[in-house]
Amino acid sequence: MKELFRRTPGRFTSARRDADQQIPENLWTKCPACGEITYVRQLNDQLKVCKCGHHMRLSVAEWLQLFDRESFVEEDRDLAPVDALQFVSAKDNYAQKLRETQAATGMNDALLTGRATLDGAAVQLAISNWEFIGGSMGSVFGERLARATERAAERGVPLITITATGGARQHEGVLSLMQMAKTNMALTRLSAARQLHIALLVDPCYAGVLASYASVADVIIAEPGARIGFAGRRVIEQTIRQKLPASFQTAEFLLEHGMVDMVTPRGELRATIRRLIGLHAPAAAQLSPSDAGVLREPLRLS
Amino acid sequence: MSTELTAWDKVQIARHGRRPHTLDYIRACCEEFVEFHGDRRFGDDPAMVAGVARLDGRTVAVIGHQKGSDTRENLRRNFGMPRPEGYRKALRLFRHAERFGFPVVCFIDTPGADPSMQSEERGQAEAIAENILVMAGLRVPIVATVIGEGGSGGALAIGVADRLLMLEYTTYSVASPEATAAILWHDSARAPEAAQVMRITAPDLLDLGVADAIIAEPEGGAHLDPTAALLNTAAAVRHHVAELAGVPIDVLLARRYAKYRAIGQTQQHPPPPVEPREVPALSFG
Repeated sequence: MKELFRRTPGRFTSARRDADQQIPENLWTKCPACGEITYVRQLNDQLKVCKCGHHMRLSVAEWLQLFDRESFVEEDRDLAPVDALQFVSAKDNYAQKLRETQAATGMNDALLTGRATLDGAAVQLAISNWEFIGGSMGSVFGERLARATERAAERGVPLITITATGGARQHEGVLSLMQMAKTNMALTRLSAARQLHIALLVDPCYAGVLASYASVADVIIAEPGARIGFAGRRVIEQTIRQKLPASFQTAEFLLEHGMVDMVTPRGELRATIRRLIGLHAPAAAQLSPSDAGVLREPLRLS
Repeated sequence: MSTELTAWDKVQIARHGRRPHTLDYIRACCEEFVEFHGDRRFGDDPAMVAGVARLDGRTVAVIGHQKGSDTRENLRRNFGMPRPEGYRKALRLFRHAERFGFPVVCFIDTPGADPSMQSEERGQAEAIAENILVMAGLRVPIVATVIGEGGSGGALAIGVADRLLMLEYTTYSVASPEATAAILWHDSARAPEAAQVMRITAPDLLDLGVADAIIAEPEGGAHLDPTAALLNTAAAVRHHVAELAGVPIDVLLARRYAKYRAIGQTQQHPPPPVEPREVPALSFG
């Protein structure tokens, strides 16, 4: 009888997804918000937005598809982090964590930078990788972003940042904090070059990164439902000793308080960014190849 | 003496309630201090003091986090944790200084920016980010001195400077040791360990290329002989302001840019090869 109640690990768990399971795990996905199970291919057709409106997290490779196909050229790929503090504790070994994360992601650090085009318009872009230590900003993240920003200024193209992050990387200590100054320092060049910085804030976007380049963009777009804030929810709840409303620190909350320009569904992002780039392009450069034909006729009238 | 102190010991000294605070340093360094109030947007934040004063005959803008020396004052000063209106008051003074050509003198002493619902609603992150951006390009010299705790973005928001000075037993870190322990190990009680591994003391910051100079404190810490600490600090601040005031502003800005662009440590090596992952095709239209 006792045998009947003994828990045998792994035998009666219902939701295990093994390779030998009948349904391949990549065929169906459960929405973490509403619990609805959707056919993966259908979900991909919906840009990974559930019927309930929940925007599921995209990988860096998926975000790259926001730009023209095959237009992306990565820069500073070989720039790699250093364990400057020799950060080792009983629970944490930074050097080891870096090696493991690099092997899992194929990236040296949490920010992907490079150039690309969006409907033919050249842009400089930076996308943070949440899978790389929570998209945290250390020396490499800061340096890559600063270089991307300087290149945008030099090339005279807009900078587009896509950010999901927990903030500054603790393991690089005050050097991480100083990347906030470094990235904003570089943005002064972009501003002097009269180039646009569009920041797209995706879930979650917090702390030192929100308190630097992400909050001083010329245009700030947030994804619906994204959690965005400076202090973590848990920290605030501990301070005030009460539960915060569910809407607190959502993209919609930030819109209401004037902290972001718009909350844009994923399906409208490309058109929105394209329009913003077009509106800020210098007059002479506003004739993109696809628009040129349309504008030729009125020009002949003058 | 200082070699025997652990990083956690220094955290305790840096937080000592009897240490001089910003208003004491302003009075020690300057004459004719006039305090300004309010951000002209929302309110006045007692956790941040700001105004104009005369330093060695030259008018300067002075800005600093203000802690209290007893519980009552600490409650009023929010333990030196500014709200967005505090940072925006500082921002007003930065712009004021630039308009009149006054050097900016900042005193850093905060556990971090105020973490509350109201501060989030009013854009704490934006307030900090904007200050960092404006200081990056401010066309007057900036000297910042850490006089106690330099905690996180809440410190950096008045800390982007041509010269960063630190008193001998002060600390400056990405987050307070308690916060780091909570973030990494979900256990703020392990703050002493975090303090040790984070390299947050003045000599550490000098070594990491973040601090430019260390100001000697009296044996055992500023709280044991506040007058000596104030005099040492006043001499150092006067020296650096005078030195920077002679530098053409474009040279100074180029140096400031180069200084912050250089902070950080990286190396060159290719990322490890990984099996290519299948990426689903997404059509953004």
